[in-house]
Amino acid sequence: MATDTLVKNARAARTTIALKLAMATSGLIFIGFVLMHMYGNLKAFGGRDAFNKYAEHLRTFGEPMLPHEGLLWVIRVVLLVALVVHVASAAQLAARASKSRPVKYEVKKNKHSSISSRTMRWGGVALLLFIVWHLINFTIGKVNVSGGATTDPFNLLVDSFDVWWLTLIYLLAMLALGLHLHHGTWSALQTLGLTNSARSRKAAKTTGLIVAVVIAGGFMLVPLFTLFGVISK
Amino acid sequence: MKLTLKIWRQANQDAKGAMHTYELDEVSEDMSFLEMLDVLNEKLNADGEEPIAFDSDCREGICGMCSLMINGEAHGPEVTTTCQLHMRSFNDGETITIEPWRAQAFPVIKDLVVDRSAFDRIIQMGGFISVNTGAAPDAATMPVPKDKADRSFDMATCIGCGACVAACPNGSASLFLGAKITHLGELPQGQAERNERVVNMAAQHDHEHFGGCTNIGECSAACPKEIPLDVISQLNKDLRTAMKQGR
Repeated sequence: MATDTLVKNARAARTTIALKLAMATSGLIFIGFVLMHMYGNLKAFGGRDAFNKYAEHLRTFGEPMLPHEGLLWVIRVVLLVALVVHVASAAQLAARASKSRPVKYEVKKNKHSSISSRTMRWGGVALLLFIVWHLINFTIGKVNVSGGATTDPFNLLVDSFDVWWLTLIYLLAMLALGLHLHHGTWSALQTLGLTNSARSRKAAKTTGLIVAVVIAGGFMLVPLFTLFGVISK
Repeated sequence: MKLTLKIWRQANQDAKGAMHTYELDEVSEDMSFLEMLDVLNEKLNADGEEPIAFDSDCREGICGMCSLMINGEAHGPEVTTTCQLHMRSFNDGETITIEPWRAQAFPVIKDLVVDRSAFDRIIQMGGFISVNTGAAPDAATMPVPKDKADRSFDMATCIGCGACVAACPNGSASLFLGAKITHLGELPQGQAERNERVVNMAAQHDHEHFGGCTNIGECSAACPKEIPLDVISQLNKDLRTAMKQGR
């Protein structure tokens, strides 16, 4: 029901736009992270030593200024905070959106919106579930579905992606990531107020496409090339 | 033309509505969409039925009074208002579904008529410039760069019809809000109240139960005045600036 009252003591930080700004900022942190993560994964093409050395270097980075695994823990805390902010604001905005149209249309056409923009919410939930599995798989649990050793990161990687169904799960997740990044990147730039002309809007959308293809595509390389035996023990 | 019309009927704000089907024959393709509804209403009147309530005023595309969701598109298939839509945009024998704007902030008053006073209250919160009235100042005393004047004028073409809200999957009025913010923000006269304006209008927007924007772009595609998406970026930028400056 519409109101007939006016807001008193309006604050910028309490608007939905502030929630969107929180989503955009935390999203940009994720883009930076997945870009770095994708680059690191490509080390698998260099073989066992290159990959394992990279993994070890992540832990010794900044020593002796930082303690062992110091940088890793800084990144983990930042990512965890960003995740909480991202999911909490998404949940609030989604709840608002579902209440804003209590009676649905009999017929409703999509005239402009992309598939990626329309799958942001469920795609985001799918990615969250994937991240939980991914951490169990490679970080917290170190689950080797082939039953081999888990102490060697390269060994765990090859054993995992030699299994077709696990590779398929990862490829589907990367498809979801690509869709999420495609709309998310441009949307973040728009929310931050950086697309105030037709030209900058086009540039932001192109950036979104490039980010999605480079990151999701880059991630897909390692599982695919492992499955087809190019990357092997 | 012969048409099958599926139209939302609702007796009043509290009544439960439903879709009703009407057959209409001998529709000329030169009729406007609203004239076609007028013809249907004459027929309903003659049959002793309650005519269908719908909004219209100027019927020349400039007042923003007409609305209607036609076959799932706000103002129908052309980039114009419903009153400027003609029956030649439809095919003989077609079924046309006509619904009111759907939003929590736009309650249905009757049939296809919705209450859009939420927009008035958003304007009341800052969609104006406070100046002392008096003799008109010399035109040259306050220069406005051409590109800013043009952008301001383009955004001032928003007629507040509500198509952006109707088309938005989140029921957001961000395009309307952005058009008003940009229209006033591009002009020197709009600067004094700039921060206050964006915060107050955005807060009223949320208070009216409009949803948040997800930059999907359905609003701009539905806008009969072709207001571009960059006004939402401008709105976000102005709010961010206001936040930084302690509002």
